[in-house]
Amino acid sequence: MHTKTEHKHSTPLLVYLAVGGALLFLTVITVAVSYVDLGPFNLVVAIGIATFKAMLVALFFMHLYYDNKLFMAVFISGLMFLGIFIILTMFDTMKRDMIYEEVAKPIRPNAIIYEQPAATDQTDGQH
Amino acid sequence: MDVATDRPAYLAEHFTDAEQQQESAKLGMWVFLLTEILLFGGLFCAYAIYRAWYPEMFHNAHKHLDVVLGSINTVVLILSSVTVALAIHAIQHNKRKQTILFLTITLLFAATFLVIKYFEYSHKIHLGMLPGKFYTYTGIEGTNPHIFFTVYFTMTGLHGLHVLAGMIVIGWILIRTIKGHFHSEYYTPVENAGLYWHLVDLIWIYLFPLLYLVG
Repeated sequence: MHTKTEHKHSTPLLVYLAVGGALLFLTVITVAVSYVDLGPFNLVVAIGIATFKAMLVALFFMHLYYDNKLFMAVFISGLMFLGIFIILTMFDTMKRDMIYEEVAKPIRPNAIIYEQPAATDQTDGQH
Repeated sequence: MDVATDRPAYLAEHFTDAEQQQESAKLGMWVFLLTEILLFGGLFCAYAIYRAWYPEMFHNAHKHLDVVLGSINTVVLILSSVTVALAIHAIQHNKRKQTILFLTITLLFAATFLVIKYFEYSHKIHLGMLPGKFYTYTGIEGTNPHIFFTVYFTMTGLHGLHVLAGMIVIGWILIRTIKGHFHSEYYTPVENAGLYWHLVDLIWIYLFPLLYLVG
């Protein structure tokens, strides 16, 4: 029964604090960068930083780095299917005109789904 | 060998040893987290489609979200992730009082997150920045700005429900810790609740830049 020699893994306390610090630092970076206009790279940088943060959370807070690699496989397979789902959907909606003559555009792009109320004074809401 | 005599109470009959039991429970938890990722994945896909269709409207509308409150909430969630990790670390070393303390702090952070969210929501509801036909605001240029708020309220709303569910789970774990159900040899429920909480944090890590920063 008690043949287990190695004790269950326990992440050192310092790792949690370091990862927490890194996450806070990256949050500051991503907010600061958002005030700089990088054109199309705004989205790339924001998602890049978010993915790095998510990786830190998954590897260290969620113990994927130390745990049974089966859990990592479950997690990554989920992300893979999510990627397929989003990428194929975007291809369909944005690049349909590469196959069909139809121009790539939202279906009825100028459709007003709900009537806008008559313009009134709006002074609040800006920051 | 007489198995019945030296089996601890927390070890269910159908497992060989505690380690196998813990691994099985964690595998089940990861499969559940996978379904959560796919649940939110559908919404992220909707976000991608509408953002691609109406880039200018998204850009104009996202400026109406409060970056300061969003940033504070990001920090609050990250800190709560740290405290829940510290709670697990403490129970692994039989420091039950520390676990109770860290779980309580986690609950307070979670409540802070929801209170801030409440102020953000009530401000938007007041201005009529609401989903679909409830949208009455007129200050945003672009086609169909109500779609941005449909996406915003659905994504942050579902995430908020997960925060609420996480609080219930952590509260339950806290009560069981106080009752002394967990120790260094058995803390699987604490760890699985932690996994759930980290996933809630992980989803917010994407929601925050996508909605508040780049829109």
